[in-house]
Amino acid sequence: MAPDLWKSLCGGMLIGAGAATLLLLNGKIAGISGILENAVKGMLGAKAWRVAFLLGLALPAAVLGLGTIDFAASLPVLAASGLLVGFGTRLGSGCTSGHGVCGLANLSPRSLLATTIFMGVAVVTVFLVRHGALLWHS
Amino acid sequence: MAFVTALVAGILFGLGLLLSRMCDPQRVLAFLDVTGHWNPALAFTMGGAVLVATPAFLFARRRRVDLFGQIVALPDRFRFDRRLIGGSALFGIGWGLSGICPGPGLLLLTGGSVQSWVFVSGVVAGFYLLGLVPASSTDGASGDARLAGKPR
Repeated sequence: MAPDLWKSLCGGMLIGAGAATLLLLNGKIAGISGILENAVKGMLGAKAWRVAFLLGLALPAAVLGLGTIDFAASLPVLAASGLLVGFGTRLGSGCTSGHGVCGLANLSPRSLLATTIFMGVAVVTVFLVRHGALLWHS
Repeated sequence: MAFVTALVAGILFGLGLLLSRMCDPQRVLAFLDVTGHWNPALAFTMGGAVLVATPAFLFARRRRVDLFGQIVALPDRFRFDRRLIGGSALFGIGWGLSGICPGPGLLLLTGGSVQSWVFVSGVVAGFYLLGLVPASSTDGASGDARLAGKPR
């Protein structure tokens, strides 16, 4: 296996270890959109562990640096994307971490449906953005 | 104590997002671009994460408490409704447009780029926008109520 794939796999295992740690030691689910929403909007008392988790999340990147980052979208598209991500993840009660990692690990058919939908729709969106012009001209 | 364990969990998670390059929007888009130069690497990330987390969830679902004896409220596993389907579809459009989902968005903030702040501000605005939509039109409660109920 290429070193690249090993990094992807080990990174994933670390993500799983983080989710397992939060579940076994805090009794909470590592759904980042929900944690962020409650950290922003929630009552002060319920915020502490959420703020701690989010600080920890950003800490490795803050210390080690992000590496090469290439934003694909323009600022207006990023704003629209953010709005859809914020609105959609709360309406659907989960994002890549909550449904995609924790939900699937919890063997939840509900999360499997959510993950199938958001991955499928994202694939179609990327196809239309990158290759949609080909369809238009053919 | 809850603060420390949550911090450690966050660090592990954030390290994983960094190592797997899940925080790089172009890499995520390359994973989603199945008809272009498809890069399947993030499937390994997803698989690795689920593999490691599954035993923890099996344990928590059986015991219904965490290692400190606190009750774990696991979400309903069999509720399929319009909110789930519509919300996931809208999230998919947003994710496909930028290649950024909430976790990586927060990592990107550490770089201090205008792009990352615009994205995360949009996410938070989206949270508030959902609050403006009458609950009756999206059938069901929001907030922590979705986590209530016995795990099935």
